[in-house]
Amino acid sequence: MKRTTAVFLAVLLFAGACEGSSSKSGSGGGSVPGVTDSEVVVGTHMPLTGPAAAGYAKISPATKAYFDFVNAGGGIHGRKITYQVKDDAYNPATTQQVVRELVLQDKVFAILNGLGTATHSGVLDFLKTNRVPDLFVASGSRTWNQPDKYPQTFGFNPDYTVEGKILGSYVKQNLAGKRACFLGQDDDFGRDSLAGIEKILGPVAAEQSYVTSSPNVGPQMGALKAAGCEVVLLATIPGFTALSIGTAAKIGFKPQFVVSNVGADPATVSKALGAAAPLLEGVVSANYLPLTTDAPNPWIQLFKKVNDQYNGGAEFDNNVVYGMSVAYLFVQSLQAAGRDLTRDGITAAVRRNGFQGPGLVPLRFSDKDHSGYGGQQLTRIEGGKAVFFGQAWTTDDADGAVQPYTGQPVTPPQNGIPAA
Amino acid sequence: MTDVREKRATEAVQSKAFKRKKTPHPIWYAVAGAVLVAALTHYLPPFRNYQLATVGAYFTVTAGLTVLTGLNGQLSLGHGALMATGAYTFALAQNRWLALPLSFAAALLVTTLAGVVIGLAAARLRGPYLAGLTLAVAVVVPSVTSTFDDTFNSDMGLSIALDPPPGAVAMEQWQAWLCWTGALITALLLAVLVRGRFGRDLRAVRDDETAARLAGVHVARTQVLAFVVSAACAGLSGALFAVLAQSVSPGAFPLTLSLFLVMAIVIGGLGRLAGALCGAVLLVALPALAQTAGERSGSQRLEGNLALVIFGVVLVVVMLAAPGGLASLRLSTIFRRKR
Repeated sequence: MKRTTAVFLAVLLFAGACEGSSSKSGSGGGSVPGVTDSEVVVGTHMPLTGPAAAGYAKISPATKAYFDFVNAGGGIHGRKITYQVKDDAYNPATTQQVVRELVLQDKVFAILNGLGTATHSGVLDFLKTNRVPDLFVASGSRTWNQPDKYPQTFGFNPDYTVEGKILGSYVKQNLAGKRACFLGQDDDFGRDSLAGIEKILGPVAAEQSYVTSSPNVGPQMGALKAAGCEVVLLATIPGFTALSIGTAAKIGFKPQFVVSNVGADPATVSKALGAAAPLLEGVVSANYLPLTTDAPNPWIQLFKKVNDQYNGGAEFDNNVVYGMSVAYLFVQSLQAAGRDLTRDGITAAVRRNGFQGPGLVPLRFSDKDHSGYGGQQLTRIEGGKAVFFGQAWTTDDADGAVQPYTGQPVTPPQNGIPAA
Repeated sequence: MTDVREKRATEAVQSKAFKRKKTPHPIWYAVAGAVLVAALTHYLPPFRNYQLATVGAYFTVTAGLTVLTGLNGQLSLGHGALMATGAYTFALAQNRWLALPLSFAAALLVTTLAGVVIGLAAARLRGPYLAGLTLAVAVVVPSVTSTFDDTFNSDMGLSIALDPPPGAVAMEQWQAWLCWTGALITALLLAVLVRGRFGRDLRAVRDDETAARLAGVHVARTQVLAFVVSAACAGLSGALFAVLAQSVSPGAFPLTLSLFLVMAIVIGGLGRLAGALCGAVLLVALPALAQTAGERSGSQRLEGNLALVIFGVVLVVVMLAAPGGLASLRLSTIFRRKR
């Protein structure tokens, strides 16, 4: 019993000592957390390992690369941007842990581009309590667009309902009369997407769902085949897009696949399919940022240059374009927030909007709207590469019509860094 | 240092209990622990308080598990599932009635019932078969949540409505107090329980079932009771984790959690509450250490996997150097020798 006491006390004291000693390292400099005269620290949670790592693990290095490019040019208002990336393995429980670490210990100024619907939903209340700006969430859930409930949270992707409506319209116009079915992730991603599709198409002929913790869609694809589906709309992350298309081919099921933007990057999906990559031919999807295959596009040229110089020449796919577009928008927000950077200042700047960047359609930010891009353009995979066809479409997440967008794209500034 | 302090504590008990016992009553440990935690929460920054709270929540389950495995010899690989039961019950009750004590009671009750069911089956099984049964329970959690996704919301889980902490108390401080109240009450009750007849029955059944039966111990009843007690601890711990995360999802209770719990009590020292505490501290400290190491090494992708490696290495080293676990190390004698 003596020993037990000794150990009990020793352990507690040890724990106390550890905790006491390391507590000093985390203290911020000025009155605004994460902001000094020479630095602004932002954090994110990303799936660097686990079921969603394929493809998405490349986003944060790309964002960081663009920040390094900006830092090399002197930073924004004299501040260099430091980007702290934490791995949450796409597990909502881990996200809870790492975001607390970022906010409470590392004292980040803002959370930027935290990835995932289920993962990020869990930290909204925590971020709200701590008044942390929660910018450009990497997901198209409609949850981010609740200005009254979460005044500091802003989306980035077109929401899945908008996307569902655009993909649904394509099916309605081009594949009319065919049996349309749906396979989606069993969370708000799948549910929001299906809601959009059904607004246009009416009830789908068959509906299946999957969970990321179980890497097998055999039963689901079997059920869709048995239901006689001719068109399958997928609301899947890249790994599961590959799994679905591969599994369908294995059981001799060859529907027209129409895939959500977040699960459709050809480079990522074809890598997962390996030798079966030709199965991707003709897959229809949508995008709202320039495609990597569009070499003459000035944005692609800029991002490619940054990728070569600051990202070690990583394979240039749509995840890289996505990561850099997020970084570009954040730099624009910093510029708009001005020299005296505060948390309220940056959210006010985002609400004012007026950002013009690589996107094909405008961002919707306003006092009453915190959702990101408001539309997409359809793509088709031809010869292993995604290409745009038709024009860009915009719509809302309610019953508004799907309308063509005719605005002209802008070109990046000469030095590649947005001006104030 | 510790000797002096302990003597004082012992004297206090002796004068009160008329020299009936030589060792201090567990309540003094609990009181000392409470004072220490109260002091720590006052001085620590928020994130450290959050970690301290997590240690408390882990201690609640490892204490129960070490009684079951160390004192009664039943190996459970399914305690993560019991924690999930507690956490989901807590979440559903809390979202419905928004009454903290009621939700804790509901979590305890439901997990105890689950413990009775699994315990009844477990009492008929030995060794690897018992491990297999409990393992199956741990594996089934994600499937249950996605099959009944109307209630449990699949992989996304449920978020939990919590009232803000009373007065000007910081959230993390409040969480630490809640978790350590639960942990210390659990540890105190367990310590009292295993000091008496129940503890002797547990050990007798562990050491030799036939001899225990000949001595008049009801073997099956003892085993079921041990499982139920340990399940109740897991349920409370699950509810505490739900308070900590303000949400509950199957990803928080994977199979690896159940394995980590067993590893933690073995590294800490089987059958000792002090060992369970060491284990709980390690469960929080090692992943944090792994993360720091992963970040320092520059390879972001190491982070997710390094914790497993470090835990394995620590297990091997501790088993080689101190087969009785960390709690069996005689710190006082080591210090004396060095002097």
